[in-house]
Amino acid sequence: MSIEIVNVGKRFGDFVALDDVSVSIPSGRLTALLGPSGGGKSTLLRIIAGLERADTGKVEIEGVDATGLPPQKRNVGFVFQHYAAFKHLTVRRNVAFGLEIRKRPKDEIRRRVDELLALVHLEQFAERLPAQLSGGQRQRMALARALAVEPTVLLLDEPFGALDAKVRKELRDWLRRLHDEVHVTTVFVTHDQEEALEVADEIVVINEGRVEQIGSPDDLYDRPANEFVMRFLGPVTQLGDQLVRPHDLQLSTAGTLGLAARVTRVTRIGFEIRVDVTTTGGQPVTATLTRNEFLALGVAVDSEVRVQLAPGSPSTTVSTPATRSVPPTLAVTG
Amino acid sequence: MAEHSITTRNQVGRRPGRYVLRTVVAAYLFFLVAWPLYLVGRNAFADGFTSLNDILTDPDVTHALRLTVVIAVTAVVINTVFGVGISILLVRYDFPGKRLLNAMLDMPLSVSPIVVGLALVLVYGGREGWFGPTLEAAGLQIIFATPGMVLATVFVALPLVIREVVPVLQEIGDEQEQAARSLGANAVQTFRRITLPAIKWGVIYGVVLSLARSLGEFGAVKVVSGNVLGETRTATLVVEEKYLNFDKGGSYATAFLLALVAVACIIVVSVLRPKEDR
Repeated sequence: MSIEIVNVGKRFGDFVALDDVSVSIPSGRLTALLGPSGGGKSTLLRIIAGLERADTGKVEIEGVDATGLPPQKRNVGFVFQHYAAFKHLTVRRNVAFGLEIRKRPKDEIRRRVDELLALVHLEQFAERLPAQLSGGQRQRMALARALAVEPTVLLLDEPFGALDAKVRKELRDWLRRLHDEVHVTTVFVTHDQEEALEVADEIVVINEGRVEQIGSPDDLYDRPANEFVMRFLGPVTQLGDQLVRPHDLQLSTAGTLGLAARVTRVTRIGFEIRVDVTTTGGQPVTATLTRNEFLALGVAVDSEVRVQLAPGSPSTTVSTPATRSVPPTLAVTG
Repeated sequence: MAEHSITTRNQVGRRPGRYVLRTVVAAYLFFLVAWPLYLVGRNAFADGFTSLNDILTDPDVTHALRLTVVIAVTAVVINTVFGVGISILLVRYDFPGKRLLNAMLDMPLSVSPIVVGLALVLVYGGREGWFGPTLEAAGLQIIFATPGMVLATVFVALPLVIREVVPVLQEIGDEQEQAARSLGANAVQTFRRITLPAIKWGVIYGVVLSLARSLGEFGAVKVVSGNVLGETRTATLVVEEKYLNFDKGGSYATAFLLALVAVACIIVVSVLRPKEDR
């Protein structure tokens, strides 16, 4: 295990940011800390980096107790949401910073920086100032800068949060490919469940200062430990006392399986069709179908249908007696 | 500063209103600042270069000018080191009594310099001050000597560097510093390589303002200096002395020199300051 976090607690005044958190982060993997804003995930990352001190508990990095070490002695690379570019230094000097601090020989620094700039595709921008780069380029520079010191772990705090949607997607793919090349133990913080599911090997879901679940993207999606994880990882709707995914619901016009319901609304969103139904018990339920499924079903508003959960689909029991199903869009931002 | 020009440029008002406003501002500055300063210059050269020559060959005046420069430069160095330190303390750290400290730092701007002078005499005065007699017994005279004058000048120019540097520090935030720390830099390296270059223009501007203020200090210095001719008389005191003794030429010439240095400082900085900065 590369990073061992044991019983870490942190308060800011009355606010409990982390409440007795223990996590093991495996070596050489790409791990996401996923959770809503203010849930404590960034605080945990900053405690690993030494930028914040834990009130209680212990942090171990590669077997070394780092709890009391200042950030400069931890050998971690840290990438900030807003890049934290050294504005008065060129891209080359930014990337070289950690090596210059370590007093490496000049030609070694030059060679290493050239390698890194090639890795992040910024060779032709070496002599520019950060102000002359786009957001995505700046973040790649920040990544090269963090990698230059050959850190034991690479920590990224919402690295793509300040970028527009298209660049964010590109950089996400690129980070995944980069990690497959470099293999440095990487932890990144995100509140975007799609980003975590797509990029990470392992996801730690953190909410209100506590770890809700740790597992692979498949584990989390298929076997959510509780209602929170279920809601946070994707759209949900309620069927009876079960929380289910709208796309796991099957509608049929014949047979006796499932619950009887009446279609109240049909909304088309690109390739998917959202069908709102109300069961005979008066419970509103949302199902999503693909366009072809919908056409094959042949229903319209006021049609009588039967709703059932596809066998083997994940579901969790609703603990809070919610009377209404949560609209999927709300559940996504959760 | 650039921010202001951007906002004015964006607020494209109706034309007549804009011109009226410009005229009012220009006239106001002209009658309050430019014209009086110009008249000082004109009076200084009323007899050609004779007045200027007279004061520059008078050993008492040249001594006063030299003393002024020594005091001002010492005060600026002290205020810069202290000011940058206090600014970092104020912006980057939280501690009890921070608001009180902040309020105290504005005191020198609000208290009349002459009160500052009297207060310093009460503390450091050779006969009756708090520390004065002790220090004097140890061979260090503060009041009626250069150290007291430096002290008075430091006091009145104290907040200028801080008030320039604090907003810059707040604006740049501490992420760059944290990044430097995580890349292995210790506190000193982070300050020298990251913080200092980032606040450079704030510091320079603060230094220039402090220098101008220090060169021109009159009230506080007058009280603590004792105004001894050829020993503790500074340039501003020379101006007053000559003016009261009806040596108008000499007083205007000295005043002109003082104004010239201050104006030159500010012009040099506004020319040097990069346009895209801030």
